[in-house]
Amino acid sequence: MKFLIQRWIPRLVLAPSFLLVVLFVYGFILYTGYLSMTDSKMLPSYGWVGFENYSRLFGLRHWNTAVTNLAIFGILYIGISSALGLFLAILLDQKIRAEGFIRPIYLYPMALSFIVTGTAWKWFLDPGIGIENTMHAWGWASFHFDWIKNRDYAIYTVVMAAVWQSSGFVMAMFLAGLRGVDNEIIKAAQIDGASGVTIYRRIIIPMMRPVFLSAFVVLAHLAIKAYDLVIALTGGGPGRATELPATFMYSYTFTRNQMGVGASSAIIMLIMIFSIIVPYVYSELKSGDQQ
Amino acid sequence: MKINKFLKTTVAAAAVSAFAGMASADDVEVLHWWTAGGEAAALGVLKDDLASQGVGWQDMPIAGGGGSDAMTVLRARVVAGDAPTAAQMLGFDIKDWAGSTGNLANLNSVAEAEGWDAVVPAALQDFSKHDGNWIAAPVNVHSTNWVWVNKAALDAAGGKAPTSWEELVTVLDAMKANGITPLAHGGQAWQDATIFDAVVLGLGADFYKAAFIDMDEDALGGDMMVEAFNRMAVLRSYVDDNFSGRDWNLASAMVIEGTAGMQMMGDWAKGEFLKAGKTPGEDFVCIRFPGTQGLVTFNSDQFVMFDQGEASDSQMAMASAVMSPAFQSAFNVVKGSVPARTDVPNDAFDDCGKKGMADFAEANAGGGLYGSMAHGHANPAAVKNAIYDVVTAHFNGEYDATEAAEEMVNAVLDAQ
Repeated sequence: MKFLIQRWIPRLVLAPSFLLVVLFVYGFILYTGYLSMTDSKMLPSYGWVGFENYSRLFGLRHWNTAVTNLAIFGILYIGISSALGLFLAILLDQKIRAEGFIRPIYLYPMALSFIVTGTAWKWFLDPGIGIENTMHAWGWASFHFDWIKNRDYAIYTVVMAAVWQSSGFVMAMFLAGLRGVDNEIIKAAQIDGASGVTIYRRIIIPMMRPVFLSAFVVLAHLAIKAYDLVIALTGGGPGRATELPATFMYSYTFTRNQMGVGASSAIIMLIMIFSIIVPYVYSELKSGDQQ
Repeated sequence: MKINKFLKTTVAAAAVSAFAGMASADDVEVLHWWTAGGEAAALGVLKDDLASQGVGWQDMPIAGGGGSDAMTVLRARVVAGDAPTAAQMLGFDIKDWAGSTGNLANLNSVAEAEGWDAVVPAALQDFSKHDGNWIAAPVNVHSTNWVWVNKAALDAAGGKAPTSWEELVTVLDAMKANGITPLAHGGQAWQDATIFDAVVLGLGADFYKAAFIDMDEDALGGDMMVEAFNRMAVLRSYVDDNFSGRDWNLASAMVIEGTAGMQMMGDWAKGEFLKAGKTPGEDFVCIRFPGTQGLVTFNSDQFVMFDQGEASDSQMAMASAVMSPAFQSAFNVVKGSVPARTDVPNDAFDDCGKKGMADFAEANAGGGLYGSMAHGHANPAAVKNAIYDVVTAHFNGEYDATEAAEEMVNAVLDAQ
């Protein structure tokens, strides 16, 4: 009897949330997949059109811009955030004074929503009121920084704001990893005469591999679903220069009355995320088996 | 199914009575995006009118100009089978809803009793009617081909309001020489498109109709379209460097303060001037976009009623109240637009409002009344946004005029 209760209680307790997740996450993923193969315009409709929406999607200039932007944004955002996070973590790991005070300062941007970050950076970067204007007021009249108004450079301002927001978080992840390194190994290396730089380069950073992987997964999915930052920072402009797949998906589904195309772009985004998450989960499971 | 519906109704009723306390079957639930001070106050006129007839008002405001957020909410509610009594809608949204759900209320009885057919211009009826039946009550008519000029800046630039494209360029040049930003503009796709509307209309009403309403390929990609894009590039050269992303009301503020000469924007911009204590004719001048005198591109807010069976009496009362000349006058004086019916007296309106009403009547009589492309009254949302993409890309320097005209044809064909 007791055995039975022990066996069934957890399942009963979990069942409602499990059902909700199945329905509202996976159910709607399937529904979106189905919609992407229909002729849905303003409201969902169920005329089957096969892969027509996908071929239309990849014919759209707008979608190509969004995907190109995602590539630029994703690579720079993940690369710079990881490098900067690791660098900050190594500096903080030097047993410096007031670490407990400094650490939260770097971590703090993560507590803001992307909307706040985007709005604040929009003001910093606006030549009329932000950095450029301040520099001019201070007498540096030749200072020129109008990337946010330039369609070729605007996407890099999105990277800046996103890096500012996330690198502190990556730093915290690396700091935890660095603190987990066995002191004995470092001492052994020091006895062998390795310098500080060599210890980090040859021993500690290679040991951070799992942290790199986790940071990559967290940052990659943030990059793919990036929506609020772009909306707040540039509104997708100048022109359509900073559209990302998420903003594309929203505008086609909800404001352009082309729900079929919007749904197909959502499915493509899902596939992108899967192609990152599945190898990660798989490698995690495999390393779990070995232990 | 029936039990389900019963449950839903009971729960909803319980929730409503718990929160509102006084909801009754005669209430109208109205979804709209008029949340700004003046608009909300103007809507109060409608509320009071209905209250005097014993019809309660459940407000459902969804902020966000242009109503795209409101449309998203509306879609969710209709898909869930819980449509509001009435919803504010614009142009082709009405046609799309009428075409796709079909569960809109028929307002023919009240329309016939009050003679709407005689007082609402045919161009508007095109949106208010579906299959010959009235499905919407138009509240106002905004016209989008206005130019708002700072009087002092105009006087310094020669003092004569431009009436043709060449004169416009002369005035803009003079303003530039006087050291101000000639054209205040916000670099958002819909604002670029608003100017484009006027530029295309300035090249001829037939061209406008062929390109945007009939979506004729030859017009969309022809020499006239190249010329329209060339003119956009000319206007672009009078805009300050910091324009992209600017909201329209900030552009209006530049004209009000005199740091910029003029703004090309719909008549809602007038509200900004009035709020700043400026007087039409003395501090600022309202003119039609040079070359579009006698023509009007409009967008019109309408209340669409969803079919709700027995609640239809209060819907009819609301439709009737919306169309009453008193409300049309009171609301439009505040909103900056002109009444949707042509028989409303213009006493309460200021100079620009009177001019707007006269222009509207003239355009209607002369067949020069066209739905605005930039504001979803010339073609469906998908096409409109495809045109936005091209116009804003050209305005931001991605295409030259010839490429833009070619791209225009492709974009419009793809979106259909």
